[in-house]
Amino acid sequence: MNYNWNWGVLFEGEYLGWLISGVGWTFAVALAAWVLALAVGVLVGVGRTLPSKPVATLCTAYVELFRNVPLLVQLFLWYFVMPEIVPDDLGRWMKRDMPNPEYVTAVIGLGLYTASRVAEQVRAGINAVGPGLTSAAYANGFSTAQTYRYVLLPISFRLIVPPMTSEFLTIFKNSSLALTIGLLELTAQSQQIAEYTFQGFEAFTAATVIYVVIALGATVIAQTLEKYTRIPGYVGKD
Amino acid sequence: MISIENISKWYGDFQVLTDCTTHVGKGEVVVVCGPSGSGKSTLIKCVNGLEPVQQGRILVEDADVTAKGTNLTRLRSRIGMVFQHFELYPHMSVRENLCLGQQKVLVRSRDEANAKAEALISRVGLLPHIEKFPGQLSGGQQQRVAISRALAMDPIAMLFDEPTSALDPEMINEVLDVMVELAQDGMTMMVVTHEMGFARKVADRVVFMDAGRVVEDRATEEFFGNPESERAQDFLSKILNH
Repeated sequence: MNYNWNWGVLFEGEYLGWLISGVGWTFAVALAAWVLALAVGVLVGVGRTLPSKPVATLCTAYVELFRNVPLLVQLFLWYFVMPEIVPDDLGRWMKRDMPNPEYVTAVIGLGLYTASRVAEQVRAGINAVGPGLTSAAYANGFSTAQTYRYVLLPISFRLIVPPMTSEFLTIFKNSSLALTIGLLELTAQSQQIAEYTFQGFEAFTAATVIYVVIALGATVIAQTLEKYTRIPGYVGKD
Repeated sequence: MISIENISKWYGDFQVLTDCTTHVGKGEVVVVCGPSGSGKSTLIKCVNGLEPVQQGRILVEDADVTAKGTNLTRLRSRIGMVFQHFELYPHMSVRENLCLGQQKVLVRSRDEANAKAEALISRVGLLPHIEKFPGQLSGGQQQRVAISRALAMDPIAMLFDEPTSALDPEMINEVLDVMVELAQDGMTMMVVTHEMGFARKVADRVVFMDAGRVVEDRATEEFFGNPESERAQDFLSKILNH
Protein backbone atom coordinates (compact mmCIF):
# COMPACT_ATOMS: atom_id res chain seq x y z
CA MET A 1 0.00 0.00 0.00
CA ASN A 2 1.36 3.30 -1.03
CA TYR A 3 0.04 5.71 1.57
CA ASN A 4 1.66 8.78 2.93
CA TRP A 5 1.05 8.65 6.70
CA ASN A 6 0.81 12.00 8.41
CA TRP A 7 -0.60 11.89 11.95
CA GLY A 8 0.53 15.46 12.43
CA VAL A 9 -2.37 16.67 10.35
CA LEU A 10 -4.70 15.99 13.25
CA PHE A 11 -2.85 18.51 15.39
CA GLU A 12 -2.70 21.32 12.86
CA GLY A 13 -4.61 24.33 14.13
CA GLU A 14 -7.49 24.33 11.69
CA TYR A 15 -8.13 20.60 11.62
CA LEU A 16 -7.69 20.18 15.38
CA GLY A 17 -10.27 22.92 15.76
CA TRP A 18 -12.68 21.02 13.52
CA LEU A 19 -12.24 17.85 15.58
CA ILE A 20 -12.82 19.70 18.84
CA SER A 21 -15.88 21.43 17.44
CA GLY A 22 -17.16 18.05 16.21
CA VAL A 23 -16.74 16.51 19.64
CA GLY A 24 -18.60 19.49 21.11
CA TRP A 25 -21.58 19.01 18.79
CA THR A 26 -21.59 15.26 19.38
CA PHE A 27 -21.85 15.88 23.12
CA ALA A 28 -24.43 18.61 22.64
CA VAL A 29 -26.69 16.40 20.51
CA ALA A 30 -26.24 13.24 22.54
CA LEU A 31 -26.74 14.84 25.96
CA ALA A 32 -29.73 16.97 25.00
CA ALA A 33 -31.33 14.02 23.22
CA TRP A 34 -30.64 11.88 26.29
CA VAL A 35 -32.46 14.33 28.56
CA LEU A 36 -35.43 14.31 26.18
CA ALA A 37 -35.29 10.50 25.88
CA LEU A 38 -35.24 10.05 29.67
CA ALA A 39 -38.14 12.45 30.27
CA VAL A 40 -40.37 11.02 27.53
CA GLY A 41 -39.17 7.43 28.01
CA VAL A 42 -39.91 7.33 31.74
CA LEU A 43 -43.40 8.78 31.22
CA VAL A 44 -44.19 6.36 28.40
CA GLY A 45 -42.65 3.37 30.20
CA VAL A 46 -44.63 4.09 33.38
CA GLY A 47 -47.73 4.69 31.25
CA ARG A 48 -47.51 1.21 29.78
CA THR A 49 -47.70 -0.32 33.28
CA LEU A 50 -50.62 1.78 34.59
CA PRO A 51 -54.00 0.16 35.27
CA SER A 52 -55.67 2.64 32.88
CA LYS A 53 -56.27 0.90 29.53
CA PRO A 54 -56.37 4.02 27.28
CA VAL A 55 -53.11 5.37 28.71
CA ALA A 56 -51.36 2.00 28.36
CA THR A 57 -52.57 1.63 24.77
CA LEU A 58 -51.43 5.12 23.83
CA CYS A 59 -47.97 4.49 25.31
CA THR A 60 -47.69 1.11 23.57
CA ALA A 61 -48.55 2.81 20.28
CA TYR A 62 -45.78 5.37 20.87
CA VAL A 63 -43.20 2.66 21.50
CA GLU A 64 -44.18 0.61 18.47
CA LEU A 65 -44.20 3.65 16.19
CA PHE A 66 -40.84 5.10 17.19
CA ARG A 67 -39.06 1.81 17.72
CA ASN A 68 -40.00 0.28 14.39
CA VAL A 69 -39.07 3.06 11.98
CA PRO A 70 -35.35 3.31 11.16
CA LEU A 71 -33.67 6.22 12.94
CA LEU A 72 -32.30 7.59 9.66
CA VAL A 73 -35.79 7.65 8.16
CA GLN A 74 -37.09 9.39 11.27
CA LEU A 75 -34.42 12.08 11.00
CA PHE A 76 -35.34 12.67 7.33
CA LEU A 77 -39.03 12.81 8.24
CA TRP A 78 -38.41 15.41 10.95
CA TYR A 79 -36.07 17.47 8.79
CA PHE A 80 -37.55 17.29 5.29
CA VAL A 81 -41.18 16.24 5.68
CA MET A 82 -42.32 17.82 8.96
CA PRO A 83 -42.02 21.46 7.81
CA GLU A 84 -44.24 20.65 4.80
CA ILE A 85 -47.11 19.05 6.71
CA VAL A 86 -47.45 21.46 9.63
CA PRO A 87 -49.50 24.67 9.18
CA ASP A 88 -47.88 27.04 6.64
CA ASP A 89 -46.71 29.66 9.12
CA LEU A 90 -45.04 27.14 11.37
CA GLY A 91 -43.48 25.38 8.38
CA ARG A 92 -42.07 28.64 7.09
CA TRP A 93 -40.67 29.43 10.52
CA MET A 94 -39.07 25.97 10.75
CA LYS A 95 -37.40 26.38 7.35
CA ARG A 96 -36.35 30.00 7.61
CA ASP A 97 -36.16 31.30 11.18
CA MET A 98 -35.72 28.35 13.53
CA PRO A 99 -32.30 28.74 15.16
CA ASN A 100 -29.88 25.88 14.52
CA PRO A 101 -32.38 23.73 12.59
CA GLU A 102 -30.01 20.77 12.11
CA TYR A 103 -29.21 20.65 15.81
CA VAL A 104 -32.81 21.02 17.01
CA THR A 105 -34.04 18.41 14.54
CA ALA A 106 -31.29 15.95 15.49
CA VAL A 107 -32.09 16.32 19.20
CA ILE A 108 -35.82 15.81 18.66
CA GLY A 109 -35.41 12.90 16.26
CA LEU A 110 -32.76 11.10 18.24
CA GLY A 111 -34.42 11.90 21.58
CA LEU A 112 -37.90 10.65 20.65
CA TYR A 113 -36.49 7.52 19.01
CA THR A 114 -34.34 6.70 22.05
CA ALA A 115 -37.32 7.44 24.32
CA SER A 116 -39.12 4.42 22.87
CA ARG A 117 -36.17 2.23 23.84
CA VAL A 118 -35.85 3.82 27.29
CA ALA A 119 -39.60 3.27 27.79
CA GLU A 120 -39.17 -0.45 27.22
CA GLN A 121 -36.34 -0.63 29.76
CA VAL A 122 -38.41 1.28 32.33
CA ARG A 123 -41.41 -0.98 31.74
CA ALA A 124 -39.24 -4.09 32.09
CA GLY A 125 -37.76 -2.70 35.32
CA ILE A 126 -41.17 -2.00 36.83
CA ASN A 127 -42.44 -5.44 35.86
CA ALA A 128 -39.33 -7.01 37.38
CA VAL A 129 -40.16 -5.50 40.79
CA GLY A 130 -43.18 -7.79 40.85
CA PRO A 131 -46.81 -7.69 41.92
CA GLY A 132 -46.07 -8.62 45.55
CA LEU A 133 -44.38 -5.33 46.45
CA THR A 134 -47.04 -3.38 44.58
CA SER A 135 -49.73 -5.10 46.67
CA ALA A 136 -47.74 -4.41 49.83
CA ALA A 137 -47.48 -0.71 48.99
CA TYR A 138 -51.21 -0.47 48.27
CA ALA A 139 -51.96 -2.40 51.48
CA ASN A 140 -49.74 0.10 53.32
CA GLY A 141 -52.17 2.80 52.23
CA PHE A 142 -50.24 4.35 49.35
CA SER A 143 -51.99 5.80 46.32
CA THR A 144 -50.91 4.67 42.85
CA ALA A 145 -48.73 7.77 42.47
CA GLN A 146 -47.07 7.19 45.84
CA THR A 147 -46.52 3.52 45.05
CA TYR A 148 -44.60 4.50 41.92
CA ARG A 149 -42.79 7.39 43.57
CA TYR A 150 -41.54 5.60 46.68
CA VAL A 151 -41.43 1.91 45.77
CA LEU A 152 -41.62 0.91 42.10
CA LEU A 153 -39.46 3.60 40.48
CA PRO A 154 -36.60 3.69 43.01
CA ILE A 155 -36.19 -0.08 42.73
CA SER A 156 -36.69 -0.40 38.98
CA PHE A 157 -34.30 2.48 38.20
CA ARG A 158 -31.57 0.61 40.06
CA LEU A 159 -32.37 -2.60 38.23
CA ILE A 160 -32.11 -1.00 34.78
CA VAL A 161 -28.80 0.83 35.19
CA PRO A 162 -26.90 -1.74 33.05
CA PRO A 163 -29.29 -1.75 30.04
CA MET A 164 -29.66 2.02 30.31
CA THR A 165 -25.88 2.33 30.07
CA SER A 166 -26.10 0.58 26.70
CA GLU A 167 -28.78 3.03 25.57
CA PHE A 168 -26.62 5.94 26.68
CA LEU A 169 -23.66 4.63 24.67
CA THR A 170 -25.94 4.01 21.70
CA ILE A 171 -27.21 7.57 21.70
CA PHE A 172 -23.61 8.83 21.30
CA LYS A 173 -23.00 6.50 18.40
CA ASN A 174 -26.39 7.19 16.81
CA SER A 175 -25.71 10.92 16.99
CA SER A 176 -23.36 10.39 14.03
CA LEU A 177 -26.44 10.04 11.81
CA ALA A 178 -27.03 13.75 12.32
CA LEU A 179 -24.39 14.39 9.67
CA THR A 180 -26.97 13.35 7.07
CA ILE A 181 -29.06 16.42 7.83
CA GLY A 182 -26.02 18.65 7.87
CA LEU A 183 -24.91 18.81 11.48
CA LEU A 184 -21.13 19.08 11.73
CA GLU A 185 -20.62 16.64 14.58
CA LEU A 186 -17.60 14.41 15.06
CA THR A 187 -18.14 12.04 12.13
CA ALA A 188 -18.96 14.89 9.74
CA GLN A 189 -15.85 16.82 10.81
CA SER A 190 -13.65 13.76 10.35
CA GLN A 191 -15.07 13.26 6.89
CA GLN A 192 -14.37 16.91 6.11
CA ILE A 193 -10.77 16.62 7.31
CA ALA A 194 -10.37 13.52 5.11
CA GLU A 195 -11.66 15.42 2.10
CA TYR A 196 -9.46 18.47 2.68
CA THR A 197 -6.24 16.63 3.49
CA PHE A 198 -6.67 13.23 1.82
CA GLN A 199 -5.61 11.77 5.20
CA GLY A 200 -8.70 9.59 5.61
CA PHE A 201 -7.06 6.94 7.78
CA GLU A 202 -5.88 9.45 10.32
CA ALA A 203 -9.13 11.40 10.37
CA PHE A 204 -11.37 8.37 10.90
CA THR A 205 -8.93 6.79 13.35
CA ALA A 206 -9.23 9.95 15.41
CA ALA A 207 -13.04 9.71 15.31
CA THR A 208 -12.90 6.03 16.26
CA VAL A 209 -10.60 6.66 19.21
CA ILE A 210 -12.69 9.57 20.45
CA TYR A 211 -15.95 7.56 20.27
CA VAL A 212 -14.34 4.67 22.15
CA VAL A 213 -12.95 6.98 24.84
CA ILE A 214 -16.36 8.60 25.32
CA ALA A 215 -17.98 5.16 25.57
CA LEU A 216 -15.43 3.85 28.06
CA GLY A 217 -15.79 6.99 30.16
CA ALA A 218 -19.58 6.60 30.21
CA THR A 219 -19.22 2.94 31.16
CA VAL A 220 -17.02 3.79 34.13
CA ILE A 221 -19.50 6.43 35.29
CA ALA A 222 -22.37 3.94 34.96
CA GLN A 223 -20.52 1.29 36.95
CA THR A 224 -19.83 3.78 39.71
CA LEU A 225 -23.51 4.73 39.72
CA GLU A 226 -24.50 1.08 39.89
CA LYS A 227 -22.18 0.45 42.81
CA TYR A 228 -23.29 3.56 44.65
CA THR A 229 -27.03 2.81 44.33
CA ARG A 230 -26.81 -0.92 45.01
CA ILE A 231 -29.33 -2.20 47.55
CA PRO A 232 -27.59 -4.18 50.32
CA GLY A 233 -28.55 -7.84 50.20
CA TYR A 234 -30.96 -7.42 47.28
CA VAL A 235 -29.51 -8.27 43.86
CA GLY A 236 -26.00 -8.90 42.68
CA LYS A 237 -23.02 -9.54 44.85
CA ASP A 238 -22.24 -7.81 48.15
CA MET B 1 -65.84 -5.14 62.14
CA ILE B 2 -65.27 -7.15 58.95
CA SER B 3 -68.29 -8.63 57.28
CA ILE B 4 -68.04 -10.71 54.12
CA GLU B 5 -71.44 -11.27 52.54
CA ASN B 6 -72.05 -13.80 49.77
CA ILE B 7 -69.06 -12.89 47.63
CA SER B 8 -68.19 -14.61 44.37
CA LYS B 9 -65.15 -13.99 42.22
CA TRP B 10 -64.03 -15.15 38.80
CA TYR B 11 -60.71 -15.07 36.96
CA GLY B 12 -62.06 -15.06 33.41
CA ASP B 13 -64.29 -18.12 33.23
CA PHE B 14 -62.79 -19.75 36.30
CA GLN B 15 -64.71 -19.23 39.51
CA VAL B 16 -62.31 -18.92 42.45
CA LEU B 17 -64.80 -17.93 45.15
CA THR B 18 -68.40 -19.10 45.36
CA ASP B 19 -70.86 -17.40 47.66
CA CYS B 20 -68.48 -16.97 50.61
CA THR B 21 -69.83 -15.51 53.84
CA THR B 22 -68.10 -14.93 57.15
CA HIS B 23 -67.34 -12.17 59.61
CA VAL B 24 -64.70 -11.03 62.08
CA GLY B 25 -65.97 -9.22 65.15
CA LYS B 26 -64.03 -6.54 66.98
CA GLY B 27 -61.16 -8.11 68.91
CA GLU B 28 -61.83 -11.49 67.34
CA VAL B 29 -59.21 -13.77 65.81
CA VAL B 30 -60.45 -15.82 62.86
CA VAL B 31 -58.23 -18.42 61.23
CA VAL B 32 -58.91 -19.36 57.61
CA CYS B 33 -57.56 -22.75 56.56
CA GLY B 34 -58.01 -25.29 53.83
CA PRO B 35 -56.10 -27.15 51.14
CA SER B 36 -54.04 -25.17 48.64
CA GLY B 37 -56.05 -23.70 45.81
CA SER B 38 -59.14 -23.45 48.00
CA GLY B 39 -59.29 -19.65 47.64
CA LYS B 40 -58.29 -18.62 51.16
CA SER B 41 -55.56 -16.18 50.07
CA THR B 42 -57.86 -14.74 47.44
CA LEU B 43 -60.57 -14.27 50.06
CA ILE B 44 -58.31 -12.32 52.42
CA LYS B 45 -57.03 -10.12 49.59
CA CYS B 46 -60.62 -9.15 48.82
CA VAL B 47 -61.05 -7.74 52.33
CA ASN B 48 -58.89 -4.68 51.64
CA GLY B 49 -59.74 -4.52 47.95
CA LEU B 50 -56.43 -5.81 46.59
CA GLU B 51 -58.59 -8.24 44.61
CA PRO B 52 -61.93 -7.08 43.22
CA VAL B 53 -65.01 -9.25 43.63
CA GLN B 54 -67.79 -9.57 41.07
CA GLN B 55 -70.68 -10.41 43.40
CA GLY B 56 -71.62 -9.86 47.02
CA ARG B 57 -70.25 -7.23 49.34
CA ILE B 58 -67.63 -6.71 52.04
CA LEU B 59 -68.03 -4.21 54.85
CA VAL B 60 -65.17 -3.01 57.01
CA GLU B 61 -66.66 -1.07 59.89
CA ASP B 62 -69.16 0.94 57.87
CA ALA B 63 -67.19 1.23 54.65
CA ASP B 64 -68.28 -0.90 51.71
CA VAL B 65 -65.07 -2.23 50.13
CA THR B 66 -66.89 -3.52 47.07
CA ALA B 67 -68.86 -0.35 46.28
CA LYS B 68 -67.75 1.92 43.47
CA GLY B 69 -66.37 5.23 44.69
CA THR B 70 -65.13 3.89 48.02
CA ASN B 71 -61.79 5.44 48.91
CA LEU B 72 -59.79 2.21 48.95
CA THR B 73 -56.51 4.01 49.63
CA ARG B 74 -57.86 5.44 52.86
CA LEU B 75 -59.48 2.18 53.84
CA ARG B 76 -56.26 0.21 53.27
CA SER B 77 -54.27 2.60 55.42
CA ARG B 78 -56.45 1.48 58.34
CA ILE B 79 -56.08 -2.26 57.77
CA GLY B 80 -52.67 -3.84 58.28
CA MET B 81 -51.61 -6.67 56.01
CA VAL B 82 -48.79 -9.20 56.26
CA PHE B 83 -47.79 -11.29 53.25
CA GLN B 84 -46.32 -14.74 52.74
CA HIS B 85 -43.15 -13.34 51.17
CA PHE B 86 -42.79 -10.36 53.58
CA GLU B 87 -42.72 -7.78 50.75
CA LEU B 88 -40.58 -5.29 52.67
CA TYR B 89 -39.30 -2.38 50.60
CA PRO B 90 -35.85 -3.76 49.73
CA HIS B 91 -34.25 -0.36 49.03
CA MET B 92 -35.02 1.01 52.47
CA SER B 93 -33.70 0.26 55.94
CA VAL B 94 -35.96 -1.32 58.54
CA ARG B 95 -36.47 2.14 60.04
CA GLU B 96 -37.52 3.63 56.69
CA ASN B 97 -39.84 0.68 56.02
CA LEU B 98 -41.67 1.51 59.24
CA CYS B 99 -41.63 5.28 58.78
CA LEU B 100 -42.58 5.70 55.11
CA GLY B 101 -46.29 4.97 55.48
CA GLN B 102 -46.55 6.95 58.70
CA GLN B 103 -45.00 10.02 57.11
CA LYS B 104 -46.50 9.87 53.61
CA VAL B 105 -49.95 8.46 54.35
CA LEU B 106 -50.68 9.49 57.94
CA VAL B 107 -48.55 12.67 57.59
CA ARG B 108 -46.80 12.19 60.91
CA SER B 109 -43.67 14.16 61.65
CA ARG B 110 -40.31 12.46 61.27
CA ASP B 111 -39.75 12.40 65.04
CA GLU B 112 -43.14 10.98 65.77
CA ALA B 113 -42.72 8.28 63.09
CA ASN B 114 -39.25 7.41 64.34
CA ALA B 115 -40.40 7.09 67.94
CA LYS B 116 -43.23 4.80 66.88
CA ALA B 117 -40.89 2.73 64.68
CA GLU B 118 -38.37 2.27 67.47
CA ALA B 119 -41.02 1.31 70.00
CA LEU B 120 -42.54 -1.29 67.67
CA ILE B 121 -39.26 -2.75 66.52
CA SER B 122 -38.10 -3.08 70.15
CA ARG B 123 -41.24 -5.07 70.90
CA VAL B 124 -40.24 -7.69 68.33
CA GLY B 125 -36.65 -7.64 69.59
CA LEU B 126 -35.01 -6.17 66.48
CA LEU B 127 -33.89 -2.73 67.66
CA PRO B 128 -30.19 -3.57 67.01
CA HIS B 129 -31.11 -4.26 63.36
CA ILE B 130 -33.12 -1.10 62.72
CA GLU B 131 -30.60 0.44 60.30
CA LYS B 132 -30.17 -2.79 58.29
CA PHE B 133 -31.79 -3.54 54.95
CA PRO B 134 -34.34 -6.35 54.55
CA GLY B 135 -31.91 -8.37 52.42
CA GLN B 136 -29.55 -8.53 55.38
CA LEU B 137 -32.10 -10.15 57.71
CA SER B 138 -33.35 -13.73 58.07
CA GLY B 139 -36.86 -14.64 56.93
CA GLY B 140 -38.21 -14.70 60.47
CA GLN B 141 -36.71 -11.29 61.21
CA GLN B 142 -38.12 -9.88 57.96
CA GLN B 143 -41.59 -11.12 58.80
CA ARG B 144 -41.41 -9.55 62.26
CA VAL B 145 -40.43 -6.28 60.60
CA ALA B 146 -43.36 -6.66 58.19
CA ILE B 147 -45.76 -7.10 61.11
CA SER B 148 -44.29 -4.00 62.78
CA ARG B 149 -44.62 -2.03 59.53
CA ALA B 150 -48.31 -2.86 59.43
CA LEU B 151 -48.77 -1.98 63.11
CA ALA B 152 -47.03 1.37 62.64
CA MET B 153 -50.15 2.55 60.82
CA ASP B 154 -52.28 1.94 63.95
CA PRO B 155 -54.61 -0.42 62.10
CA ILE B 156 -58.12 -1.26 63.28
CA ALA B 157 -57.58 -4.85 62.04
CA MET B 158 -54.79 -7.05 60.73
CA LEU B 159 -54.85 -9.47 57.81
CA PHE B 160 -52.25 -12.24 57.62
CA ASP B 161 -51.79 -14.16 54.36
CA GLU B 162 -49.85 -17.34 55.21
CA PRO B 163 -47.30 -15.41 57.29
CA THR B 164 -45.17 -18.46 58.13
CA SER B 165 -45.41 -20.51 54.93
CA ALA B 166 -42.19 -19.15 53.43
CA LEU B 167 -40.14 -19.57 56.61
CA ASP B 168 -37.66 -22.21 57.66
CA PRO B 169 -39.17 -24.37 60.43
CA GLU B 170 -36.94 -22.96 63.17
CA MET B 171 -38.11 -19.42 62.43
CA ILE B 172 -41.82 -20.08 62.49
CA ASN B 173 -42.17 -19.73 66.25
CA GLU B 174 -40.55 -16.33 66.53
CA VAL B 175 -43.21 -15.01 64.14
CA LEU B 176 -46.09 -16.90 65.73
CA ASP B 177 -45.09 -15.60 69.17
CA VAL B 178 -45.48 -12.04 67.92
CA MET B 179 -48.89 -12.90 66.48
CA VAL B 180 -50.05 -14.60 69.67
CA GLU B 181 -49.05 -11.57 71.69
CA LEU B 182 -50.93 -9.34 69.25
CA ALA B 183 -54.04 -11.49 69.57
CA GLN B 184 -53.84 -11.40 73.36
CA ASP B 185 -53.63 -7.60 73.21
CA GLY B 186 -57.06 -7.65 71.58
CA MET B 187 -56.19 -6.98 67.94
CA THR B 188 -58.84 -7.93 65.41
CA MET B 189 -57.17 -10.50 63.16
CA MET B 190 -57.98 -12.57 60.10
CA VAL B 191 -55.26 -15.15 59.54
CA VAL B 192 -54.78 -17.52 56.62
CA THR B 193 -52.49 -20.24 57.96
CA HIS B 194 -51.77 -23.94 58.22
CA GLU B 195 -50.49 -23.52 61.78
CA MET B 196 -53.18 -25.44 63.65
CA GLY B 197 -51.37 -25.01 66.96
CA PHE B 198 -51.71 -21.27 66.55
CA ALA B 199 -55.38 -21.65 65.63
CA ARG B 200 -56.10 -23.74 68.72
CA LYS B 201 -54.30 -21.34 70.98
CA VAL B 202 -55.72 -17.99 69.93
CA ALA B 203 -58.46 -18.34 67.32
CA ASP B 204 -62.04 -17.63 68.30
CA ARG B 205 -63.35 -19.20 65.12
CA VAL B 206 -62.00 -21.30 62.28
CA VAL B 207 -63.18 -20.92 58.70
CA PHE B 208 -62.47 -23.98 56.57
CA MET B 209 -62.49 -23.49 52.81
CA ASP B 210 -62.46 -25.95 49.95
CA ALA B 211 -62.77 -25.33 46.20
CA GLY B 212 -63.68 -21.67 46.66
CA ARG B 213 -66.44 -22.26 49.20
CA VAL B 214 -66.67 -21.74 52.94
CA VAL B 215 -67.30 -25.29 54.11
CA GLU B 216 -67.20 -24.70 57.87
CA ASP B 217 -67.27 -21.55 59.98
CA ARG B 218 -67.33 -22.55 63.64
CA ALA B 219 -65.93 -21.90 67.07
CA THR B 220 -62.40 -23.25 67.39
CA GLU B 221 -63.08 -26.06 69.91
CA GLU B 222 -66.04 -27.28 67.87
CA PHE B 223 -64.03 -27.27 64.67
CA PHE B 224 -61.18 -29.31 66.09
CA GLY B 225 -63.32 -31.50 68.33
CA ASN B 226 -66.06 -32.35 65.94
CA PRO B 227 -65.72 -31.13 62.36
CA GLU B 228 -68.99 -31.58 60.50
CA SER B 229 -67.91 -32.06 56.94
CA GLU B 230 -66.03 -35.04 55.63
CA ARG B 231 -63.68 -32.70 53.78
CA ALA B 232 -62.64 -30.95 57.02
CA GLN B 233 -62.24 -34.25 58.87
CA ASP B 234 -60.02 -35.49 56.09
CA PHE B 235 -57.98 -32.26 56.08
CA LEU B 236 -57.50 -32.33 59.85
CA SER B 237 -56.51 -35.99 59.95
CA LYS B 238 -53.86 -35.27 57.34
CA ILE B 239 -52.26 -32.27 58.99
CA LEU B 240 -52.66 -33.23 62.66
CA ASN B 241 -51.38 -36.81 62.49
CA HIS B 242 -47.92 -36.50 61.09
